[in-house]
Amino acid sequence: MNRRRLKDRIAGYSMFILTISSLFLVVAMGIGLYMKASPILQEHSLWDLLSASEWKPMKNQFGFFPFLMGTLWVSGLALIIAIPISLLTAIYLTEYSHSMVRRFVYPFLDILAGLPSVIYGVWGMLLIVPWVANVAAPWVGRSTTGYTVLACGIVLGVTVIPLLVSLFIEIFSNVSHELREATFALGATRWQTTKNVVIRKTAPGIVAAIVLAASRVMGETIAVIMVCGNLAIAPGSLLDACYPIPALIANNYGEMLSMPLYESALMFAAFILFFVVLVFNLFSRLVLKKIKSE
Amino acid sequence: MKRSIFEEKVFKALMYAAIALVMFFVASVVLSVFKRGLPLLSWEMVSQLPGGGFYMGGGGGFLNAIVGSVYIVGGATILGLIISIPVVFFLNVYLKPYSKFGFVARLAYDVLFGIPSIVYGAFGFTIMIYLGLRASLLGGTLVVTLLIIPIFIRSMDEVAKTIPSDLMEAAYSLGSTRWETIGVIVRQIAPAIATATLLSIGRAIGDAAGVMFTAGFSDRIPTSLSQQTATLPLSVYFQLQSPSLEVQDRAYAAAVVLTLIVLFLSISGRIIMNRFSRNKIQ
Repeated sequence: MNRRRLKDRIAGYSMFILTISSLFLVVAMGIGLYMKASPILQEHSLWDLLSASEWKPMKNQFGFFPFLMGTLWVSGLALIIAIPISLLTAIYLTEYSHSMVRRFVYPFLDILAGLPSVIYGVWGMLLIVPWVANVAAPWVGRSTTGYTVLACGIVLGVTVIPLLVSLFIEIFSNVSHELREATFALGATRWQTTKNVVIRKTAPGIVAAIVLAASRVMGETIAVIMVCGNLAIAPGSLLDACYPIPALIANNYGEMLSMPLYESALMFAAFILFFVVLVFNLFSRLVLKKIKSE
Repeated sequence: MKRSIFEEKVFKALMYAAIALVMFFVASVVLSVFKRGLPLLSWEMVSQLPGGGFYMGGGGGFLNAIVGSVYIVGGATILGLIISIPVVFFLNVYLKPYSKFGFVARLAYDVLFGIPSIVYGAFGFTIMIYLGLRASLLGGTLVVTLLIIPIFIRSMDEVAKTIPSDLMEAAYSLGSTRWETIGVIVRQIAPAIATATLLSIGRAIGDAAGVMFTAGFSDRIPTSLSQQTATLPLSVYFQLQSPSLEVQDRAYAAAVVLTLIVLFLSISGRIIMNRFSRNKIQ
């Protein structure tokens, strides 16, 4: 009897340690990246790093502004593309469609969600980049190589659709059927019900889902490198090349080891990414959890 | 009245358009990769190491990347399961249903799930430098393990949470300790373990940013844990950068293999979820 109790205790403690240590990973990541980033923060002020636009590691000039702008442009465009498509898809699947249709559509969303970033990159290079270069750019009277904010935004937008759709579906399914039926009984159409009841009731959840999707888009790496053009200048239009933060980290890790400050600069970039993603995730997960428990 | 019906029609049309667009994207991604890569795929591609210099072309295939990916994914999946099953068990059996610690833990796993793999890679890289390790099979496996643990835990926990408390109480009333109920729990979440494993394998095999720093790249198959190793996504990415068309062809063929693996995983995941979830007590 006692041996069984003991076993129960020991198992409990060891599992507790396992759980705690995996939790500790979040903290360790933050501290580790910050410590690696601190040399460059001692040399340059935070504001200088974020607002300067000269990136010449050899001359001790580390301006992150082009990379920040690259990330902002690309993520913004990706969300602008993905949000309406995902919202309409999710509304159709939860409010309108037969379960037959759902059973048919879900596997497609599965596939979209499962495809690795690098495959999206290949797709971008095979279809989207040539499309931008041969169709979109000439249409507005400009010529580019196609490796632009536009191509990058389209590719990223598609990668984030499955995440957004599944989050939206989860949020919409939380709205009770009585609410919908009450508005139907008052003579509202389906769209009126969706617009005035479902969407209004789930507005905080929709915002949280979008924030979560934004954090996902900002961290996407390989697909971005393959189509963004990797030019360290802040983009001024959709048809300019760009250079988002993850691409900066991934492209330079090989050469950074020779210079301590260079390494520190890249780790600072990773820290920015970590910090933003952490804040976005905490916010949206807390909102989503609150909605779910209601 | 008329306006509302008009609005209804407009938005319904937009929804059909959105669904069609999603379908179009899926088909376009898969078909464009297949169209470019499938004719290039041959037995030679999947059974031989790259010939000649890395960027120089020459014949050969990408067996190095296939084997490297299998090593990393296999190792990471086993380690991930060993770590995450006890954690899920602890969260659901040892903790009380509304425990504060459980809330914080689940939130932390949600956050870890959201952290991009490039950050895992950068973090893993600094730790490896700190420990004096170089890019290696071991490093890559460990980083991928960290990357997939949150996926394992979240998807198993989602199902474990729904296990009715009566089931546990029945076991307790027969005199079992909490630890001894692990058999009951594991049997209940078995389909979830299977789908979580498939999901994790899918994420692990497609991850490039995490292993870029930590596993490196090599034209040969690693023979020890401390050697660098190639992976499928990185072999696609690196070989596409080569000016040589032959090397690029290898990249497109590797992309087809990667896509086929992911398609297989996501389809079998659906099947398992549909078939085995009926054995569960609701």
